[in-house]
Amino acid sequence: MGMKHLDEYRDPELARFLLEEIARKATRPWTIMEICGGQTHSIMRNGIDQLLPDTVELVHGPGCPVCVTPLETIDRALAIASIPGVIFTSFGDMLRVPGSRDDLFTVRSRGGDVRMVYSPLEALQLARLHPEREVVFFAVGFETTAPANAMAVRQAAREGIANFSVLCSQVMVPPAMRAILSSPDNRVQGFLAAGHVCAIMGWEEYEPVAEAFGVPIVPAGFEPVDLLDGILKVVGMLEKGCSGVLNAYGRVVSREGNREARKVMHSVFGVADRPWRGIGLMPASGLVLRREYARFDAERRFDVGHIAPRESPLCRSGEVLQGHLKPDACPAFGKECTPQTPLGATMVSSEGACAAYYRYHRNPDSL
Amino acid sequence: MTEPFACPLPLLRHETIQMAHGAGGRLSQELTRQVFMPHLGNAFLDLLDDQAKLTLPSGRAAFTTDTYVVSPCLFPGGTIGSLAVNGTVNDLAVGGARPLYLSAGFVLEEGFPIADLDRIVGSMAEAAGKAGVLIVTGDTKVVQKGFCDGIFINTSGIGVLRQEVELSCRNLQPGDRILLSGTAGDHGMSIMTAREGLSFQSGISSDCAPLNHMIEAMLDAVPGIHAMRDPTRGGVAAVLNELAASSSVGIDIEERSIPVRDEVRGACELLGIDPLHAANEGKLIAVVPDEAAREVLGIMHAFEEGRDAAIIGTVSVDHPGMVVMHTVFGSRRIVDLPAGEQLPRIC
Repeated sequence: MGMKHLDEYRDPELARFLLEEIARKATRPWTIMEICGGQTHSIMRNGIDQLLPDTVELVHGPGCPVCVTPLETIDRALAIASIPGVIFTSFGDMLRVPGSRDDLFTVRSRGGDVRMVYSPLEALQLARLHPEREVVFFAVGFETTAPANAMAVRQAAREGIANFSVLCSQVMVPPAMRAILSSPDNRVQGFLAAGHVCAIMGWEEYEPVAEAFGVPIVPAGFEPVDLLDGILKVVGMLEKGCSGVLNAYGRVVSREGNREARKVMHSVFGVADRPWRGIGLMPASGLVLRREYARFDAERRFDVGHIAPRESPLCRSGEVLQGHLKPDACPAFGKECTPQTPLGATMVSSEGACAAYYRYHRNPDSL
Repeated sequence: MTEPFACPLPLLRHETIQMAHGAGGRLSQELTRQVFMPHLGNAFLDLLDDQAKLTLPSGRAAFTTDTYVVSPCLFPGGTIGSLAVNGTVNDLAVGGARPLYLSAGFVLEEGFPIADLDRIVGSMAEAAGKAGVLIVTGDTKVVQKGFCDGIFINTSGIGVLRQEVELSCRNLQPGDRILLSGTAGDHGMSIMTAREGLSFQSGISSDCAPLNHMIEAMLDAVPGIHAMRDPTRGGVAAVLNELAASSSVGIDIEERSIPVRDEVRGACELLGIDPLHAANEGKLIAVVPDEAAREVLGIMHAFEEGRDAAIIGTVSVDHPGMVVMHTVFGSRRIVDLPAGEQLPRIC
């Protein structure tokens, strides 16, 4: 597979040029949030935060689907996965995330049939192959995963596959941006929007957010050069006092996004209020199955009784997810809370900001 | 009138493994004669005794064991069999031993295709031939369908230690150079992309290979190499972290010096995996005094398995126990141990 093109976006010369441009343009201090956890990891992994001028501060956003999935939903997943006869399928990331007591790996070690899949269509195939079993897919994610999840449900309905269901925790980016910008102690002055989300959604829906709050929003990619190009565009707009949306990920993102994918998504999912872990209930921020597909909702299908989740009182991931607290400023960071003993999902997920800091910058004094 | 009573004879021509193949009777013998002996036969094994009687050269011996459960058992660049031979050969060789004799124990799942077993045993013979070792004793057990995943193999190995060599992960000295014998992550990404469910064909081949001949030449030239390890599970990152911790030194590596194949880098990007965390099965990391580093590198380059060898870093007194990478962009970051099982990212 032709992956050679990646080098272009990891070119040190080009990166240096963009860094010089950012330093030259940024005459005042600016605080920029990268929404997506994948971007956070790339920033930490490549040390981009160390290379930026002191005038530009990056704060890390809530764009980690695993991190914002409510503990109650994770506990529900564990309960459903423990039901004899159920094949519980999930993306790999979710398997390690602890619920109030244990995680999906533990359920598997106790005999639960928990399987890692790479796509919801794989889970659907399992349902076809095992008509005597209940196959549940843990549908977690932002707008990036929603179309494929919707497709799986629609296909199940078409084929009449009755033993397939999804446990849904779908969230959306723009409501989170609005919540962050509306917060009284908000520091964020501009955004890097998540490139993969915009590939589906386009950027039309960000225009009203940019206008309402007077901020620049720049869809950006994940490679170092992509990120620096995005930061340069945000800084340029901030310095000029401009707001609006400016695309820095032209090779993937267009204004209208992927219409077909959105059509599938909206045909299966409707918008609803949704609690975000660590942040709380956000109006119209989630996707739930429409009434005609409600029979594929695992939450309805499996009665697992009352779930009373218990959050760690030490975990401050909510503040981390809103950009109020840097992961290493949390008193539990690297002490009570490590990837081996996580108190919150932000320390486990490969998109989590705490995990990124732990993995790449644990002891910045020694770097 | 009743049918005359007859003991049903087990079928001798099977295409898949039957429980009786492990029962010690006629089918067991068939399997030995038709699959194992044609590939692996040698003066020791041909006796079919319960033990191999060996004469070892005088001096200290090294002894190691490892069990192989890789899935899929056939993958681009190797099989569970070549892996089981090369892995044990390399475990002996990186300790400064000349590998001589191996044992092989098989756990087979009822229903496993005998054609696949034949291919696996054939690849073991080929690997053993390449490494110059003999498989001198073996065992086969069969478990019921569902009680193992096709085939598991255990190999143990004996080698004789070279006298003048003292390799240890506690030997690292500030100023030492870190050498990596080739591209990082080939085996791990070959397996990840060969697994069912990934809908892309990567064309990544495992690096599975014996390293003992190259190691022999390296130690012939520079007996004072400080440490050697093969970065298998946990990859280059895990070995560097272990070396740094054991010797209480820091290790600094240069991102631009670390060889990684384009297709491995691409697959890693796609799956959210650090190539330094991905497994290798034909690579070694050598820690060499600075003044000998160039010479050792030259020797590695002369071997096929060391063609892409590079000096990737230096041992330092700073940040003891920690591995720090200098990125191509001029920043620095920690190279951490992988946190458990390698998982693909979610979006």
